[in-house]
Amino acid sequence: MAAIEVEGLVIRYGSRVAVDSLTLRAEAGQVTAVLGPNGAGKTSTVETLEGYRRPAAGTLSVLGLDPQRDRRELAGRVGVMLQEGGVYPRMGPHQALALFAGYYPDPENVDALAERLGLTGVARTPWRRLSGGERQRLSLALALVGKPEVAFLDEPTAGVDPEGRRTIRQVIRELADRGACVVLTTHELEEAARLADRVAILDHGHVVAEGTPSELMAQGGGQELHFGAQSGLDRVALAAAVGAAVTEPAPGEYVVQAAPTPQLVAAVTAWLAEQGLPLADLRAGRASLEDVFLRLTGGEGAQPDEETAKR
Amino acid sequence: MRPYLAQARAEVRLALTQGESLLVTLGIPLVLLVLFDVVRVLPTGTAHPVSFLAPGILALAIMATGLVSLSIATAFERSYGVLKRLGATPLSRGGLLAAKTTAIVVVEAIQLVLVVAVGLALGWHPGGGWASALGAILLGTIAFSALGLLLAGALKAELVLGLANAAYLVFLVLGGMLFPLDRLPSALRLVAEALPGGALSGALFHALGTGTTVPVESWVVLGVWAVVASIAAAASFRWE
Repeated sequence: MAAIEVEGLVIRYGSRVAVDSLTLRAEAGQVTAVLGPNGAGKTSTVETLEGYRRPAAGTLSVLGLDPQRDRRELAGRVGVMLQEGGVYPRMGPHQALALFAGYYPDPENVDALAERLGLTGVARTPWRRLSGGERQRLSLALALVGKPEVAFLDEPTAGVDPEGRRTIRQVIRELADRGACVVLTTHELEEAARLADRVAILDHGHVVAEGTPSELMAQGGGQELHFGAQSGLDRVALAAAVGAAVTEPAPGEYVVQAAPTPQLVAAVTAWLAEQGLPLADLRAGRASLEDVFLRLTGGEGAQPDEETAKR
Repeated sequence: MRPYLAQARAEVRLALTQGESLLVTLGIPLVLLVLFDVVRVLPTGTAHPVSFLAPGILALAIMATGLVSLSIATAFERSYGVLKRLGATPLSRGGLLAAKTTAIVVVEAIQLVLVVAVGLALGWHPGGGWASALGAILLGTIAFSALGLLLAGALKAELVLGLANAAYLVFLVLGGMLFPLDRLPSALRLVAEALPGGALSGALFHALGTGTTVPVESWVVLGVWAVVASIAAAASFRWE
């Protein structure tokens, strides 16, 4: 049995369906990323697994237990990082970590954890005066202080600078390597690609794709050549010249549907040279996770924010 | 037990390090007690102002702890997502309430000691009804804490901040804490006596001021407020 199993999950806010027959598994020792645009149902799904919401339908199991019925028992074994807030505004990292350590029977060493997450320098700075990145690192530390078997991390690197991101990713990786089941949500593809063992892409409350990052990228059609040039090229003429179909998914961005061999690259650049057109960029090889994501979610970025939609 | 102990320590520390909160729970009450004993402008109706003021100020301090300090702190904890986050820890809701209660008891013990000490220094001779006084303080604390949680659990933090401070002022004037309620016009007096502030100050004045029996009306008013406010707070409290 997987650490987390979700079958046919439905979450409604009034008449609005936020999550519709969602099925998901997450294994111990792995990082599972739930990836999707804003409003896809990521936070709703995770908060239901945390026991905050009662699902309208479906079965959920976390460590073989029911998130609602067995909430008290799970609380000691599950670490949670909310999307925002969650810390006393007047408490510094040291005091907050010491407090949370007191909730658990066998907590992490608070000073070592603060050190690991780079919080030693601000150990006594009240939460409300911490930067966005420091707050995220503290929230992560609070999720880990009880040595959880399962960690739910909602947008763990949102608003964090590159160095902080590196630290957070390392800590999350180590947590999974120690055998914990880590579920994180993100709307950033790079995050999922770098960190996750498995990715579930969510859109409009459904899982539209699921697999390892490389499986997903292979699904996206590994046989492509991407290039950028001025928009409105004569794609029919280009297709004839290179012997493969050419699409323009966004103005000025072209995809040649063929294996990106050196011959194909030469043919494309030769055709552009003939037309006297500059080349903006050129990328040979497999589709990126972004291509898969945009294809599956229809390229919609601007969805109503989950928080506002709930109210 | 371990989660409760950790939380109780944190709650006590938060309560005793919050400057604005200490101002309304200790600073203002003690200043008023000394000021109006020295500057005899209030119609306290007693030979020495402190005989009326000490029990009245004690009532003011108790009210501030539940209605002002607790409500504002809890409202901001709710708006900062602290209460939501605590819901995902092994600290139960019962444990959280017990920890908050512990902090209130600690603050009130300090208030009681300081108000009585300052009163004695000003020449106060308390009446001997300490058992009645503690009973009234208990009921008053339940009533004011429940009212505080009723505000904190339903309204936005900024609104709670304003309302709690407004209530503090209203009770200060209409709570029988600085001057007896019989100085008010009779209609206003009826309202004031039905409010928990007037009932608490009345009970404490009888127990510790004159040393006479606390009137039944005070017990009834305090008891009804304690029960009704607790039920309303429990029913309406939203953790997120």
